Amino acid sequence: MSDDLRTPLYDLHVELGAKMVPFAGYAMPVQYPMGVMGEHNHTRSAAGLFDVSHMGQVTLTGASWDAVARAFETLVPQDVLGLGDGRQRYGFFTNDAGGIEDDLMFARRGDDLLVVVNAACKGADIARMRSALEPQVTVTELADRALIALQGPGAEAALAGLDARAADMRFMDLTDLDLADLDLNGIAVWASRSGYTGEDGYEISVPAAQAEALARTLLARNGVAPIGLGARDSLRLEAGLCLYGHDIDTATTPAEGALMWAVQKVRRPDGDRAGGFPGADAALAAPARKRVGLLPAGRAPMREGVAIYASEAATDPVGHVTSGSFGPTVGGPVAMGYVNVDHAAAGTALWGEVRGKRMPVQVATLPFVPANFKR
Amino acid sequence: MKFTEEHEWLRDEDGEMIVGITIHAAEQLGDVVFVELPEVGTVVSKDDEVVVIESVKAASDILAPVDGEIIEVNETLVDNPGMVNDDPQGDAWFFKMKISDPSQMDEFMDEAAYQKFIA
Repeated sequence: MSDDLRTPLYDLHVELGAKMVPFAGYAMPVQYPMGVMGEHNHTRSAAGLFDVSHMGQVTLTGASWDAVARAFETLVPQDVLGLGDGRQRYGFFTNDAGGIEDDLMFARRGDDLLVVVNAACKGADIARMRSALEPQVTVTELADRALIALQGPGAEAALAGLDARAADMRFMDLTDLDLADLDLNGIAVWASRSGYTGEDGYEISVPAAQAEALARTLLARNGVAPIGLGARDSLRLEAGLCLYGHDIDTATTPAEGALMWAVQKVRRPDGDRAGGFPGADAALAAPARKRVGLLPAGRAPMREGVAIYASEAATDPVGHVTSGSFGPTVGGPVAMGYVNVDHAAAGTALWGEVRGKRMPVQVATLPFVPANFKR
Repeated sequence: MKFTEEHEWLRDEDGEMIVGITIHAAEQLGDVVFVELPEVGTVVSKDDEVVVIESVKAASDILAPVDGEIIEVNETLVDNPGMVNDDPQGDAWFFKMKISDPSQMDEFMDEAAYQKFIA
């Protein structure tokens, strides 16, 4: 534990009674005294504050927006060029085999691109961007900024009470640059209306030195409680969102991962800027297996690694679970995983083998809990 | 009440041994969401996996603390797994055993020794 890095909020987590665990090289709060179930339910009904400062924040700058966007499009299958100022998108780096090297959020701030990547991948991601894009584009890791997510139906009121402009933002909007950054109790922040819980909310980039003051300010707002990684995982699972390294990885393609919604038409095979990113053909090719939601019929959770069969007696599996747990909002077990495409239709009855016993499970549409975004 | 290093408790009730998990164990597990109990009549050996318990975080096994036979299980836990968090050393017992070798109880701790063990 002593080798783990600490985010600027480490001391606050400890003060709040968090149970700290190693995660992606950082000491992170897995839960607070409220507990995973309570924290999950609190986020769905009020507002939760998450420390996501372990994630990598990177800016790409160049001669113009056009230059930056076109450069970034050589690494991702998303429409970067068409991104409006102050808007954000979900995307992923692909490899030469069409697999996913990491998933990410990217946002346009004027002529710059702000990229947020997973903690476990950030070293490799930054190296990839530097090697592919420099010197035309400058890649800068914002190691001196923390990232705080405020999620839940109470997030807007909590933030708008500090700066009323927060209420004017819509899902996947950034702070309106024409109106300057949000001012939260004297702290200038960049915010986007986004998150990883299926709830409305914000992700707030703040200078590391002011992160604790901001977190304390937010926690003092009505209905805001600190939430750990445990609930973050059950919230994102119910929302049908992928956890990199589990639901998607270097060996799964965007098509297999059911992420074609995040590949805009202009980058698909018939589009004006088709291809041009690593593994383009393989990444978007019709898959033999697909990521689906899986709803176990009984009470037993089907966790990562559980083999999925087409029948109670079949010898060869047709898939496996990549994330599975108890969904507190669903009130029962929920899972996602990969199954062969001929078993991937919603409603297909399958079997999962848990501790040597086959149990019924049904292919379900994602998300398990409807999204609650403010569009 | 006796305690094991596996964080189980055993309480002798008229020669039958009631088994559950300690408050400390329940706190460590977090919110329990699923309990799978053994069949009544199962003959078990010490350290056999007899109960599966799942929290929001992970699955864990509860081991038979001694040799014996399962003579009753607490079916209410199946529908109300959260009881394990609410009253682990009371209503949320898991099973009752008829034990084969009472001398196996000798190694277990009393409450004071267990508190020291987890401190």
